[in-house]
Amino acid sequence: MRLELRGITKRFGAFTANDAIDLVVEPGQIHAILGENGAGKSTLMNVLYGLYTPEEGEIVVDGVPRTFAGPGDAMAAGIGMVHQHFMLVPVFTVAENVVLGQEPMARGLIDAGSAATVVRETAESLGFHIDPNALVGDLPVGVQQRVEIVKALSRKAELLILDEPTAVLTPQETDELIEIMRTLAASGTSILFITHKLREIRAVADTITIIRHGRVVGTAEPTTPETELASLMVGRSVSLGVDRAPAQPGEPGLAVRGLVVRDAHGVPVVDDVSFDVARGEIVAVAGVQGNGQTELVEAILGVTTPEHGSIELAGRPIDGLGVRDRLDAGLAFIPEDRSTDGVVGEFSIVENLVLDRVGAAPVSRGGALDVAYLRRNAAERVAEFDVRTTSIDREVGTLSGGNQQKVVLARELSRDLSVLVASQPTRGVDVGSIEFLHRRIVAERDKGAAVLIVSTELDEVLALGDRIAVMCGGRLVGIVPGGVSRDVLGLMMTGMPPEEAARQAAEHHTLLGEADLAAELQAPDGEPAVVQDGAVVQDAAVVQDASHESEEQR
Amino acid sequence: MTTAPEPGGPGPEPSTAPAPVEPEGPTRSESFVHQVLSSSWLLTLGAILLAVILGAILVIVTDPDVQAAAVYFFARPGDLFAAAWDAASSAYVALFQGAVYDWTASDPARAIRPLTETLTIATPLILAGLSVGLAFRSGLFNIGGQGQVILGGIVAAWLGFQFQLPAVLHVLLAVLGAALGGALWAGIAGVLKARTGAHEVIVTIMLNNIAGYLVLWIVTTTLFASGTPGVSKAVHDTARLPALLPAPFRLHWGFVLAIVLAVGVWWLMERSTLGFRLRAVGANARAARTAGISVARMTIVAMAIAGALAGLAGASQVLGTEGMLTASVAGSIGFDAITVALLGRSRPLGTVLAGLLFGALSAGGRLMQTRTGTPLDLVLVLQSFIVLFIAAPPLVRTILRLPDPEKKPSRKRPARGDAPAEQAGAVA
Repeated sequence: MRLELRGITKRFGAFTANDAIDLVVEPGQIHAILGENGAGKSTLMNVLYGLYTPEEGEIVVDGVPRTFAGPGDAMAAGIGMVHQHFMLVPVFTVAENVVLGQEPMARGLIDAGSAATVVRETAESLGFHIDPNALVGDLPVGVQQRVEIVKALSRKAELLILDEPTAVLTPQETDELIEIMRTLAASGTSILFITHKLREIRAVADTITIIRHGRVVGTAEPTTPETELASLMVGRSVSLGVDRAPAQPGEPGLAVRGLVVRDAHGVPVVDDVSFDVARGEIVAVAGVQGNGQTELVEAILGVTTPEHGSIELAGRPIDGLGVRDRLDAGLAFIPEDRSTDGVVGEFSIVENLVLDRVGAAPVSRGGALDVAYLRRNAAERVAEFDVRTTSIDREVGTLSGGNQQKVVLARELSRDLSVLVASQPTRGVDVGSIEFLHRRIVAERDKGAAVLIVSTELDEVLALGDRIAVMCGGRLVGIVPGGVSRDVLGLMMTGMPPEEAARQAAEHHTLLGEADLAAELQAPDGEPAVVQDGAVVQDAAVVQDASHESEEQR
Repeated sequence: MTTAPEPGGPGPEPSTAPAPVEPEGPTRSESFVHQVLSSSWLLTLGAILLAVILGAILVIVTDPDVQAAAVYFFARPGDLFAAAWDAASSAYVALFQGAVYDWTASDPARAIRPLTETLTIATPLILAGLSVGLAFRSGLFNIGGQGQVILGGIVAAWLGFQFQLPAVLHVLLAVLGAALGGALWAGIAGVLKARTGAHEVIVTIMLNNIAGYLVLWIVTTTLFASGTPGVSKAVHDTARLPALLPAPFRLHWGFVLAIVLAVGVWWLMERSTLGFRLRAVGANARAARTAGISVARMTIVAMAIAGALAGLAGASQVLGTEGMLTASVAGSIGFDAITVALLGRSRPLGTVLAGLLFGALSAGGRLMQTRTGTPLDLVLVLQSFIVLFIAAPPLVRTILRLPDPEKKPSRKRPARGDAPAEQAGAVA
């Protein structure tokens, strides 16, 4: 399908979400839309999918102008969409989900046989297999996404919109998705690929359109350097790395000894983990989401009680202490999920900035809040951390994700802290702000804090970690020096010991010829792409096994 | 919306207490609470307006004169409209005269008396409404106002007739005792929730029933019994909340107490450390826990304060309005309070205004019934319609063509905010 968008403008009241957007997708093209959170990508896709009616502009499909009153019209025109949050019924089977809304009927009943055939044939044409009778709720996220793709294709989609498809995927699954996208494109299906991840774009896109503040600000080729893409996306020059001096490790800051945490079913989710973080150094924990990192930091904060092991803060055991006492002992904590754990959405910025400091001077005196201090503090923090808001009294829930995260960081970093534990500190934050937040974290290190960063983004782990610990299946696979290659980390994330990972990664380099090429083919989290080559395919098998393991862990 | 215990239905006996409780209720009832709290003042006014219009229609279609005029509608249609206007307007005029100012009264005292009655009836509603609102904002659905009012009343009565103390001291003791009684009663639900996770809705409903039968029994005991069935000994004059105006007015210092406590609750929730923590737990318990706030402790504290406020409503009835404990001391205060808190969006000012409105409806309804023959039940219908419309904001917005606040350019959480809700429908 050849799709052309001409001057699409979508306004919400006085706010223009899309401003005269022009876009052309050629048949069989993988067209990436790159933009920050809130740039208007999702709005544009919702216009294209018939969920929003644009104020101006037209959608031209194969030379014919079309108007979509709803997704039904868009689907009829051959446009399919895979949402970031899947639209599947978990208690239905794969086949039932795929045919939902256009069930093949036989004698008044749903024709299960032909539904299953549709699933099987569509999946096989894309080079994978799905059991049509499996319940969707039992499937891993990556497979659910394929069900969505099969669903769209079974409705004769000739253009597939993928909205942030890799946000929920492991690196292995991302690789597999990229393969599927290539297969689809080769068979003539056009793909609109929405993302803010630069590395993915360069791996898969044929052409790139960059959107900022609702406008197209440029187009680029996949060969464009990442920093240039980032600059276009943000609107000013961005440096993706963090300049930092070597760490000056000092006294013990955080010590974890033989920590075991079991989940509700008695399965160890943190399995005998021990490590030290000295004051003045950053230890970054890498790993695929769901390999025990969440439980590890919750045990450090004290909201989860470990079964075994001990935790020391600046040489002092804190095992019996509650959250409040640990915070008072100098622990600062940035939770993984800001909206559920980090902020109270209905509270103002003023209130959220002191959420864990009430009860002590200067925030409160004699049981009463010092409102003047609160407001002064909020004004200062908002300015210091560049929180974009119209007022310090705004409810935090109405801020963008990135700005919410800045509020959390502003609160935690403005405390008197000796240990900083930060889980996904820059998730959902725009590229321009990541740089700033990373600098702030490094500054805390240089002031003598022991810093533990947990991140599933290898870019972040490599940018911040003086040492890098890798977790897989609840165990600590190993601790390696910062600046180690992505290949090594990627293999360790599958559970491979550091020496073995280093050896195999070295083989990659020789096999692939040059490291740059490897970096380019990599998924953002550093997993080597599956290349038709004996040794690498062997690794891919390892990767597969590990991914099954980690699925089971969840 | 169905999970919300229907706070209307102020049935006379506690056994008609709102029962539709689902075990997995919290998330849905929380979103209901959130929705109610975030609705605008405009919407509240709209709900009242619509309820009044619907009430007028009910009055009109049930009015005998209107029905008579309808028979010869095609001969003289004007009669029907005149009769309809007459029925509705006279009912509402009587309601107003009975609730605020009766300009047809023979002397100034009688003219102003309706207003004082409104304030008297509003007093326990405001106190119990503050109780429900405070619990709401702390993330708790306190359905137990009824039981807490009763316990407050029992303790106030006992302290009031059992002891001989100087005037000011005695009333202070009785009032504080009532607060403590309510606090302990509600505290049971708080402790059970904090320690075992038992849902406060179920526990407080059960406690309501226990309290209802407790007071029935206790007025028959030798300690309480007065000789008149269902009524306790009268409290000593030293324990009475003094009247604000001379007889025949019933208005007493309980009203001043309610207003002072409304201000106090505002300060507690908006300005104190404790209130900050209560609100944090109410709005996002996980984030509060991560910030080192003890959710369990705040649950107990919130229930105890809420219980104390409801207990004071009982004290206001026993020590102020009635002067004794009766088996029906709580009337339907505990349930009306839920409606009052909802209508007042759980804010102290709103609760005071909503309490006054309900007090006015109740006071005015009596005069309306005697003057125009419109049944007192119209008041219940009005109250129920108000709640219905408050609970269905899109309905009110559609009817009155109010703007939808959620259709603003929401740049917040673009992925979650705008897409899935609409797409869910689209895919189906």
